[in-house]
Amino acid sequence: MEERYIRNLGALTEEECALLRTKTVFVAGCGGLGGYLIEMLLRLGVGTIRAADGDAFEASNLNRQLLSSPQALGHSKAEAAAARAAQVNPEVRFEAIPAFVTEENAARLIRGCDAVLDALDNIGARRTLARACAKERIPLIHGAICGWSAQAAVVMPGEDLIDKIYPEGAKLGSKTSLSFTPPFCAAMQVALCTRLLAGRPLETGRLYMVDLLDMEWESLF
Amino acid sequence: MIEVRFFATLREGRGKITQVPAEEASTAADLLRRFDIAAEEVAILLINGFHSKPEDAVKDGDVISLFPPVGGG
Repeated sequence: MEERYIRNLGALTEEECALLRTKTVFVAGCGGLGGYLIEMLLRLGVGTIRAADGDAFEASNLNRQLLSSPQALGHSKAEAAAARAAQVNPEVRFEAIPAFVTEENAARLIRGCDAVLDALDNIGARRTLARACAKERIPLIHGAICGWSAQAAVVMPGEDLIDKIYPEGAKLGSKTSLSFTPPFCAAMQVALCTRLLAGRPLETGRLYMVDLLDMEWESLF
Repeated sequence: MIEVRFFATLREGRGKITQVPAEEASTAADLLRRFDIAAEEVAILLINGFHSKPEDAVKDGDVISLFPPVGGG
């Protein structure tokens, strides 16, 4: 085993680490959640990361988005992710796609992946991504944040969790988010993703919600 | 009494848990109105842990849990 992955051992077996190196994941969004998801997946040692975001950095991203910096304002988030990947772990194959996830491109973007990680910021795009995952028969690792709250879940094809948690007419209120909420949520997502990719048993269709203000944990459905 | 549990941002100005006399609400929607919560502000509504809708009936002893949409990234 390469030295850079030595500290993975114990928590993961050598076989599981080797298995992760064969896997391809799609990260939908390179903003608050996406930046941390990509960082954790790079260091964990997955084989290939494909990441898409059509957005560019703006000053309001600086309070929480790992890939943002004053020098990066106005620059592509997907390209910043690719630059970070080359810096952190050049052994991981990284495909940066400077485009938003849409009805037209979603199935093509995720095709061939072993897991899809949701780092989107609106309900419509989440429904689009969930439909594409169901169609392509790919597990979706949902994640979302608001203020002090974070939630994550594994959604297998055929499970209707996304429809349950975003019912018709549901509207996102405040866009507030703090520096520590995205990495916490991303950690839950990558932990779930690691179990999934390593072939370990895990509960799916269940929503894990954490309130970092009151330090409470809920497990729903 | 009906127990109403609020989560995340729905706790602001309402606290975590409150009790409502059973005769003052026949559906979950009655409870939303009582606490000035618009239907679109609730993503997940549980009655005794079961996924439910605002129009569903509530009765004495029920526990209602209300979660707002969490959708940022």
